Parts: sequence; structure tokens; C-alpha cells
Amino acid sequence: MTTDGSGRLPTAFHQTGVGSFADFLGMHAPEMMPGRRTLGPGTVDAPHGTTIVAVTFNGGVVMAGDRRATMGNIIAQRDIEKVFQADEFSCVGIAGTAGLAIELVRLFQVELEHYEKIQGATLTLEGKANRLSMMIRGNLPMAMQGLAVVPLFAGYDQLVPDPAKAGRIFSFDVTGGRYEEHSFHAVGSGSMFARGALKKFFRDDFSHDEAVRACVESLYDAADDDSATGGPDLTRQIYPVVVSCTADGFSRVADDVLHDLVARVVDARMARPGGPAAPLS
Amino acid sequence: MSAPFYVSPEQLMKDRADYARKGIARGRSNVVLQYADGILFVAENASKALHKISEVYDRIAFAAVGRYNEFENLRVAGVRLADLTGYTYDRRDVTGRTIANAYAQTLGAIFSGAGEKPYEVEIVVAEVGDEVDGDTMYRLTYDGSVADEHGFVAMGGQAEHITGLLKERYVPGSSLAAALRLAVDVLTQAPDGEMRTLTAAQLEVAALVRSRARRAFRRYVGPELEALLAASVAHQAEPHATPPASDPDPDVEAEPS
Repeated sequence: MTTDGSGRLPTAFHQTGVGSFADFLGMHAPEMMPGRRTLGPGTVDAPHGTTIVAVTFNGGVVMAGDRRATMGNIIAQRDIEKVFQADEFSCVGIAGTAGLAIELVRLFQVELEHYEKIQGATLTLEGKANRLSMMIRGNLPMAMQGLAVVPLFAGYDQLVPDPAKAGRIFSFDVTGGRYEEHSFHAVGSGSMFARGALKKFFRDDFSHDEAVRACVESLYDAADDDSATGGPDLTRQIYPVVVSCTADGFSRVADDVLHDLVARVVDARMARPGGPAAPLS
Repeated sequence: MSAPFYVSPEQLMKDRADYARKGIARGRSNVVLQYADGILFVAENASKALHKISEVYDRIAFAAVGRYNEFENLRVAGVRLADLTGYTYDRRDVTGRTIANAYAQTLGAIFSGAGEKPYEVEIVVAEVGDEVDGDTMYRLTYDGSVADEHGFVAMGGQAEHITGLLKERYVPGSSLAAALRLAVDVLTQAPDGEMRTLTAAQLEVAALVRSRARRAFRRYVGPELEALLAASVAHQAEPHATPPASDPDPDVEAEPS
């Protein structure tokens, strides 16, 4: 902590009108801001996070992520967690360079809580998504060196009067572009396969449990065709991280619930490896 | 050109202290007290938007009396310091002592610095522990002095009078309703013995609730505060020395404050 000679807190602490923690950090300790680092030439090998999926349902939104981080052809970690609580009503999942992404999520979490404490009000869901998009934009120089971070943001929008439509999903590109997605979305290396599966599974009247099942099935499909996405690891009991945001707030699906669900999914795939059949008519 | 008058350092400091004390004495009072399940904050405050009690971090809260712009400035600085410390290290590394020390240094520097007027504020920084023994309350005054308080703290215009009443009537380990009753009683009793009445709309009530998972701070507003006040009136008839067995504490639902 740097202070001036008198021992009192530096001016940045007393600056008025700043409700953002990232802006405060930029004034007081710019070296701690992600994306403000000077980069050397060349590239580095760093663990990459893979597939994240999100599905809306009647009453909120479910997000899930597989547990694998890869570094080239190596599995860097088999039980990494890539889906996080952002605040009381939203969650964020990350794909891309794991180290930078986790730092970004930590900053984003502090940012939301900081704003809430300073201003005495929570940001709107769009406000949160815009804030995240600005942070990703700050990471652009890193992304150009191959260290991209691509998050998926979802939450329960308390300003939407109909709870059936209050679950919302936002995706981002490396330049900070923010796009609202409808019904479902996936990011990361296995996202093509997960999105294809979700396209067939998704229904407008999903319940919470059906949305959770759709997420787990689509991650299975992603792992089936993408070597960087980890499938459910039954021998080590490592299952996807599944969270939901509803009118009651954020919650994480318990491991024993997932244990039973994954067992059912894997059992069904024994009979039909491609997963549930979509009716053609 | 005439030479400036000589003012002794003692006189200078005394004048500044008198100035700050007078400013604080004009304001309404604020009571902070420990109860069985946490730390309760009760302020007389008719405004719903301009708070005298606020969350600083997971287990830490802030209460103040005096000039709004000055204590608001300190509150924001405290939140920034707490969030910065938590972001740099870990959430558990943020302690009430860190915040209280920074406030003490800042208030002390402002008080003795010649260029500024002293802040007319008094602050309590409280941190709820895992157990009652782990609770801490720091009281900071306009000149930067810090006191480590136990049980209860009163600040504001009637601080001395209220502290006297609390000394007689405070019971450790009481329920939320009993603690709220006591706080409202001492805030409404004028030094001449006359009782005023304070409604829910004139009170700002919040608590650091030990059992809450991460962010312990919680405000009591609207119908919930009215219900809590009504429940606390029921305790008034009972003798103060026997805390009731049942606690109508509605803290079980994890609603964000």
C-alpha cells in the first residue's frame, strides 16, 4: 500500500464519482490491471479452458462447463472449474487461456460487488455484460499473441417481469463485442458440437432439471468429438460444473445430483452412443 | 505588515477539537451493539437513501455520525481498501483492523494538518467473528484516536448520555429483538427522562449476521423492520436480564441486502 508522507490514504481512495473497482485499480495500481502488461516477443504455452454451455429455461438459466484444461496435446488439469458465480443473480463461464480468464473473472466479481457497495444499487444485467465486454477489450493485445479469453455470461434479469423470459445469455468475441444469445449458446473448442446437440434438445418449456440434463448431454457430445473437452470422469467422479440463476439467486447443482444424472446419461449412451434421438416430425 | 499572533500548539489543537466536537454534537445518535448472533447497528436516520450504516466487506461494516460528505468519503475509501486487499491477497485477509488503522491514520493526518479543517465525524468499524469472542468493534474519533470497544458503542450528539444508559441495561448474548429494543429505548430517551417515539421510517437498522455464509451484512427495511420492531416491543414487558429462548430472527432466508 503506497501512501503519501502523512500516512493517510492516497488520493485515488478519496476520488468521488468512481463506482468501478477496475477504474480505481487503473488509477491506484495500474500494474495490477489485466491487459496492461508489456508483452515480450514470442509465444508461451499456457493451459486452455475448453467448452462452456448455457441454456435458458422457464424460470432462469443454467450454465455448465466441462472440467478439462489442455496445453497442446497434454491434459493440463482434469478437474479445473471454469464456471463461476459473478454475483447474486449471474454467472460467468470461461474458455480460452485459463490463467488470464480466471484473473478476469476475479476482477469482474470484485467489480460487481464493489459497484453495489459504493452506489448502494446493483447493475442491470446489460450493465454487467457491458462491463465484462470492456474488460475483454482490454485484453486484446494478449489475444493477438494467442492468449485469448472468451467468456460466456448469463443471469436472471430481475427487471424482466415474466420469470419465464428472465434467463438471459450474453456471448463475447475477443475484441469485446457483446451479443445477446437466445435460448442457448456454447463457447470454447467443443462449442460447435455442443451447440449442434443443443439445437436438437432445446425446447421453450424446459424445466430446470431438463435444462441441466440438456447441458450435461451437450457436453457429452462435445467431449465425444473434441479431444480438448473432457467427458464425465466416472472413475474419478469428476463431473461437469453446473450452476443455475433463478429468481432465488445463484445456486450450484450438488455433486450427488450430478452423480445420479451422469450415471443415467452414460447408461443411456451404452444403448445409443449418439444420445437421445430427435423426432423428425 | 503585522506579525501573526502566536497561538500555542495546545490552544490550536484544543480549538480544532472543540470545532469537531461541536459539529458531531449537532447530529443524531447511532448505536452499535453485540448480540448473540452478530452485531446490530441502529441509527436515527429519516433518509432511506443516505445511509449512516454500510457494508464494507464480507464480515465488516461501518457506522458513522457527523457530516455526511466527510464520512461518505471515508466509507468509499474503506470499501476500496477492503476490495483492493481482498483482490490482492484473499478475501479472508481483509480485517476490520486494517480498515480501522487506515481510517485512524487518515483522520489523524487531517486533524493535525494545518491546511484543512478537521473532519466532524465519528466512526465505528465492526467485524463479526466466527464466535462471539471473535467480534471486534473499533471506534474512531475526529482526531484519529482508536478505541477497541466491547459490547456496545454509542456515537453522536447524545453519546455520553446513551453510553450511561447502555452501561446500566446492556446484557451480553441477548436476542436480536431484545438488542433492537434496547437500542431504540436508549435512542428515544432524552437526558431529561422524557421519551420520544421513533417509527420504523425514522430508523436505519442493519446487522452483521454471524450465520450468513459470505456477506454477513444485512439491512432491515420496510415491513420486515416493522415486524421486527413489533416483536421487540413484546420483549419490553419481560425483565431485561432474561433473554427469551425463542428468537423471531427472520435471518434464515438468504436474501441479499
